[in-house]
Amino acid sequence: MATLKINELNKNFGITEVLKGINLDINDGDFLVLLGPSGCGKSTLLNTISGLETINSGEILIDNHVVNNMEPSDRDIALVFQSYALYPAMTVKKNVTFGLEQRKTPKEKIAQALEEVSNLLQINELLERKPSQLSGGQRQRVAMGRALVRDPKIFLFDEPLSNLDAKLRVEMRREIKKLHKRLKTTIVYVTHDQTEAMSLGTNIAIMDQGKIQQCDTPKNIYNKPENMFVADFIGSPSMNLIEGILKDKYFMPKGSKDIKIPLNEYAFKVNINEERPVYLGIRPEHVYFEKVNSNCFEINLRSELVEYTGHEQIITFDYSNQQLLGKFSSTIDIQMDKDCNLNLDLNQISLFDKDTRGRI
Amino acid sequence: MQNYQELEKSSNTKKIIYRWILFIILGIFALYYITPLYVMIVTSFKTMEEIRQGNLFAFPNSINLESWNVAWNGQGFSAGDVYLKTYFWNSVKLVVPAVIISTIMGAINGYALTKWRFKGDSWVFLLFLFGTFIPYQAILLPMSRTLGTIGISNSIYGLILVHVVYGLCFTTLFCRNYYISISDEIVKAARIDGAGFFKIFFKIILPISAPILVVTVIWQFTQVWNDFLFGATFTFGKEAPIQVALNNMVLTSSSVKRYNVDMAAAIIAGFPTLIVYVLAGKYFIRGLTAGSVKG
Repeated sequence: MATLKINELNKNFGITEVLKGINLDINDGDFLVLLGPSGCGKSTLLNTISGLETINSGEILIDNHVVNNMEPSDRDIALVFQSYALYPAMTVKKNVTFGLEQRKTPKEKIAQALEEVSNLLQINELLERKPSQLSGGQRQRVAMGRALVRDPKIFLFDEPLSNLDAKLRVEMRREIKKLHKRLKTTIVYVTHDQTEAMSLGTNIAIMDQGKIQQCDTPKNIYNKPENMFVADFIGSPSMNLIEGILKDKYFMPKGSKDIKIPLNEYAFKVNINEERPVYLGIRPEHVYFEKVNSNCFEINLRSELVEYTGHEQIITFDYSNQQLLGKFSSTIDIQMDKDCNLNLDLNQISLFDKDTRGRI
Repeated sequence: MQNYQELEKSSNTKKIIYRWILFIILGIFALYYITPLYVMIVTSFKTMEEIRQGNLFAFPNSINLESWNVAWNGQGFSAGDVYLKTYFWNSVKLVVPAVIISTIMGAINGYALTKWRFKGDSWVFLLFLFGTFIPYQAILLPMSRTLGTIGISNSIYGLILVHVVYGLCFTTLFCRNYYISISDEIVKAARIDGAGFFKIFFKIILPISAPILVVTVIWQFTQVWNDFLFGATFTFGKEAPIQVALNNMVLTSSSVKRYNVDMAAAIIAGFPTLIVYVLAGKYFIRGLTAGSVKG
């Protein structure tokens, strides 16, 4: 139960800057997910919070105390690793209680904490086994038990589900969510899986190249991406980004003179009067055949390719030599290589400046 | 169909022929290696008369243990009698501490070099690696000066120090290569759990080090037990280890060459290493390959 604050954190490995001016503010009980492509620095950030990595400048505050120079064991945090990092020579019981023993906790308290945690995670039957005799999911439980048993201020998770198979991953994801709902502990969770991030986090921080690109609620991240990186990174298939020109509150796609998309209803961040090159972003699921509301723009495009995924189908349209993807229910029958009338839901679009790549 | 049967037949014949070629080659090599041992054993049980008859490969007429007794206990002369008993125990007193100390220190070194990375650690490791290339002869003079200065020359303690220092490079190399395959996250988890450098080593790392410890123990045991040069240089008289005594026995005995006694003595001197390999050989191979294959 604690707050976590990070001010202007920088971290270099030699001359490589891994983290550049990270600022984060995490409230008590928040579930923050650090999401980004591999090599973006998200795991390094987690390690600096845990104290396993030192930092070059900046501050890390837990409950408003600067912990920069504190040992990992003194920060009162727990970390669940991707490889689970169970101690191979110890039984499950020993694995779970090792941390408490190191802290000279009285025996009765250890026994009590062990019982609570093993009931909570249903690992009672595994207590006398060695880690090598456990399945992946069971190891994952034990690793979480080891973290839970100390009742730390902050939980850190480093891609804890990525070694599990798809089915188990979804199950464990739900269990982590339940656990957070029940314990209301502050959690920082690293992952590269956006579904995991969306479904678990109360907040998501999208990272790229050592910087936080956007830190917001999952809904805002999805619907109002701050820049083109976030827009492109989140969503599968990712957001359509159509190149064009913004002029007099109209968007004109590149290469077609007569199409003018009106932007009267778009909530501009700043007032822009001059003509400038922009990208219009629209998610594939906001492309419709029928008119869904009054703020739709009708457009005639040629269907090119269909990808059937079971519950839905993704159709590629040709839009004056730019691609536009649309996501539809798989029950609709659509012919290929045919001109179709499509409706773009203009309530759901995003506009990005071509040069700064930021939202306008 | 006919064709397939013929093909199957010919491939079966080929298989059998290759098998036999393999067995024959292996058999020749086995014979080549086992023959000297056989000669040693049969000679050690023969009397000198039998040996003089010149039938090197013949069985002894009877099992004669006298030469073994002489090799171990001596002939009972008051002066100039060389036998192995005292020196065998010298070597035991040398090998046990030297092997234990160098193995433990090598393991700690390897653990520190892989799990507690520090600035310049790869250079330190490089120095250890260079250490393994230093020939015995190169350290004789500086080492004898050092032992003299400390005041433990011509003692088992001095010899223990020499072997620990010389063996450290090898044991560190072995252990480092093994520990590098163990997940760093285990150590990180233990640090977060509040364990320190040595606690992590003894409670978490050491219990999973058996394969590599067997390798280092066998390696060091063989090196120290079989060493002649350090023993001959840094000790003399009653302090000498067994290989030096064996040499003295074979070279300085009376004008008559006592082949049977020499053979018995050589077998005694080689016996402990043989036992170690037989008992732990399986683990030796497993440990050597443990570092190279990630499990």
